[in-house]
Amino acid sequence: MLKIENLHASIDDKEILRGINLEVKPGEVHAIMGPNGSGKSTLSSVIAGNEDFEVTDGKISFLEEDIAELAPEERAHKGIFLSFQYPVEIPGVSVTNFMKTAINESRRAQGLEDMPANEMLKKIREKSELLEIDRKFLSRSLNQGFSGGEKKRNEIFQMAMLEPKLAILDETDSGLDIDALRIVSDGVNRLKSKDNAVVVITHYQRLLEYIVPDYVHVLLNGRIVKSGGKELALELEEKGYDWIKQEVAV
Amino acid sequence: MAFENRVDVEHPVHDIRTEAIKFFEEKGFPTKKDEAWKYTSLKTLLKNDYSVFPKEESALEFKDVKKYFIHDIDSYKIVFIDGIYSSHLSQTSHEGLDVCLMSSALSKPKYQLIIENYFNKIAKTDDSLTSLNTAFSREGAFINIPKGKVVDKPIQIIHLATGKESSIMLQPRSLVVVGENAHVQIIERHQSLTDNPVLTNAVTEIFTHKRGIVDYYKIQNDNPNASLIDNTYISQQQNSHASVHTFSFGGKITRNNLQFVHKGEHINSTLKGITITEDKQHVDHSTLVHHATPNCESHQDYKGIYSDSSTGVFNGRIIVEKEAQKTNGFQQSNNILIDDKATINAKPQLEIFADDVKCSHGCTIGQLDEEALFYLQSRGIPKKEARALLMYAFANNVLESVKIPEVKTRINKLIAMKLGVKVGFDL
Ligand SMILES: Nc1ncnc2c1ncn2[C@@H]1O[C@H](COP(=O)(O)OP(=O)(O)OP(=O)(O)O)[C@@H](O)[C@H]1O
Ligand SMILES: [Mg+2]
Repeated sequence: MLKIENLHASIDDKEILRGINLEVKPGEVHAIMGPNGSGKSTLSSVIAGNEDFEVTDGKISFLEEDIAELAPEERAHKGIFLSFQYPVEIPGVSVTNFMKTAINESRRAQGLEDMPANEMLKKIREKSELLEIDRKFLSRSLNQGFSGGEKKRNEIFQMAMLEPKLAILDETDSGLDIDALRIVSDGVNRLKSKDNAVVVITHYQRLLEYIVPDYVHVLLNGRIVKSGGKELALELEEKGYDWIKQEVAV
Repeated sequence: MAFENRVDVEHPVHDIRTEAIKFFEEKGFPTKKDEAWKYTSLKTLLKNDYSVFPKEESALEFKDVKKYFIHDIDSYKIVFIDGIYSSHLSQTSHEGLDVCLMSSALSKPKYQLIIENYFNKIAKTDDSLTSLNTAFSREGAFINIPKGKVVDKPIQIIHLATGKESSIMLQPRSLVVVGENAHVQIIERHQSLTDNPVLTNAVTEIFTHKRGIVDYYKIQNDNPNASLIDNTYISQQQNSHASVHTFSFGGKITRNNLQFVHKGEHINSTLKGITITEDKQHVDHSTLVHHATPNCESHQDYKGIYSDSSTGVFNGRIIVEKEAQKTNGFQQSNNILIDDKATINAKPQLEIFADDVKCSHGCTIGQLDEEALFYLQSRGIPKKEARALLMYAFANNVLESVKIPEVKTRINKLIAMKLGVKVGFDL
C-alpha cells in the first residue's frame, strides 16, 4: 500500500530524513518509535505532502502510484490521513462545517455529489458517539481552546469521518488520559480492517497494548535503524535507546 | 471639469448651495497633500471628462438588473438610473413613513421643516467633496421614519449607471431621519452596468432620535472602472443604536468616509467592514467616532484581505471629549496580505480627553497561516478552497452581526465569487 524507498528530505537545506525505507501492506499495523527530534513527525508530514519539506531523493508510492508530486489534498483523496502531533487551531471554522467541507471536497474530487445533509448528520452523530465526543464540541471552532487530549480525540473523530486507507497517528496518545486512551484506541481498532493500514508513532509501549503492531521500527537520526515485532517496543521501554545508538555506531 | 451652474435661486437650500460652491471653488479636489488623503489619490480619476447630467433618460427592465438587488425579500426600493429616479424600478411609500426622493423633499412645502432642520446639518461643510455634492446634487433618497414606527421591511437604495455616457459623475444626496423608537434597515448599492468610468461622490446624512435603531448595509461590488467616494454622516441621540456594515469587494477606488457624532447618553455605534480586493483596487476606510457625551459605546471592526497589488487604507479615528466620561470605544482592524505587492496603511488615531474611559485599538497585518492551510489540505480540502475557508473564517465575525439573513447569504456568495471558489459552507 505504502512504499517508501531511500527517502531523503530536508528543510532549509538541513537534511532530516536520510534514507528511509518502509513498506506498509493492507491490514498491517506499524509502530514507529524513536528519540525526540529523530524525524518521526517529519516523515509523517512528508507522506502527507507538506511542502515545507523538500524531498531530495528517494520515492514514495501509495497504492502502486508515485505520489511525490501530489498536493496534500490529492493524497487525502487517495486515502492518506495524518493525525497531527500538534493539531492546528482554526478560529471561526466549526468542527461540523469543517468536516462537511472536507467530506464533500473529497467526494467532489471523486466525481460524487455532495453527501445529503441527513446522511452527513447521521454519520457525524455515529462517529462522535464512537469517540464519546460531546455534541457541544462539534459547534465549536476547530481545535480552538481544546485541551491537549480533546484535540487528539478530535483528530481520531476526523479519521473516523474520512475513513482513510492509511492512517498515520503521530503521538495521538500523548495528552490522553487513561480512559481517553482506551476510547481512542478502541475507535482506531474498530475502524481497522484487512484493507486499511495504520502507522502509529509513539513514545510509549502503553498505546501498543491497545493498538497491537505487527512491526515496530526505530527511527534514529533520520533513518530506520532497527525493525522487529511488537516485543521490540517492550525492549525499548525497558532499555531506552542507548543500546541501539551503540549498535548503530558499531 | 466644468460644472454647469444650475442652482435654482428660489430654492430653500439656495444659500447652503452657494456657500458650498464657494468652498469647493476655493478648495478644489483633495490631493495627497491633505493629511486625510495621504494614501488615496484621485488624480487618475480626475483625468476623465465626466458628464455631470445625463443627456437622456434611460429605462431598464427589472429582470436585467435584478441581481443587484436583494431580490428574495420584500422591500421598499428607491432606484436611480444615471442619477435620475426610476419610478419603474422603485417601490416608494408615503403610508406611515416616507420612502421617497430628495427632490420632492426639497420642493414640497410639507417637508420644508425637515429640510430646514436636517439638510446639511451634519455633513461636513469644510470638506470639499461633501461641498461639491451639496452644491450640485439633484437627487437621492429621502427617508423619514416617524416616531415609534418599526419599518416592516428593508429599504434598498440602488444607484445604477448605464454607461450610455462615456463617463459620468454622479452625486447622490440622501437624508435619513429616524424618529424616536423607530427602527429601519437600509441596504445601499452603487452599480455600474458597463466598463465606462463612473465616479460617484455620495453624501448621506442620517439622524437617529432617542432609542431609534438604524442598520445600514453598504454593498460595494462595482465594476473595475467605477469609483466611489462615499460620505456618510450619522448623528445619534440618547439610547439610539446605529450600525453600518460596509462590504467592499469591487470598484477601482473606493473611499468610505464614515462619521458618527453623539448627542446624548447611552448611544451605541457599530462600524464594521469586510474588504476583499485584487488587481489594482484601492479601498480606503476613514472612520470617525466623535464621543461628545458620557456613557456611550462604539465598536469598530474591519477585516481586509488584499491580493495582487491592491491597496487598502484604514484610518480610524476616535475622539473622546472631556465630558464623555465612561466611554467605551473599541477599534479593530485586521488585515491579511495575500501577495507581496499588496499593501495596507492602517492608522488608528485615538484622541482622548476624558480620564474615565475604556478605549482600545488593535491592528494586525499578516499572512494566511501556512500551517493551518496544510492542516486543511491534509483533510482533503483543496488549497484554493482551504484559503477561502481561512479567509471566510477570518472575516466571519463581521458577518455575524448582519441582521438580514438574505443580506448575509448574498455577502457569503459574493465572497465566494470574489475568491473564485464554490463553497458549501456557511460559518
Ligand atoms: N520547520 C522546521 N524547521 C527547522 N527544523 C525543523 C522543522 N521541522 C522539524 N525540524 C527539525 O527536524 C528534526 C526532526 O523533527 P521531528 O519533528 O520530525 O522529530 P520527531 O521525531 O517527531 O520528534 P518528537 O518525538 O519530539 O515529536 C528536529 O531536529 C527538528 O528541530
Ligand atoms: Mg514528532
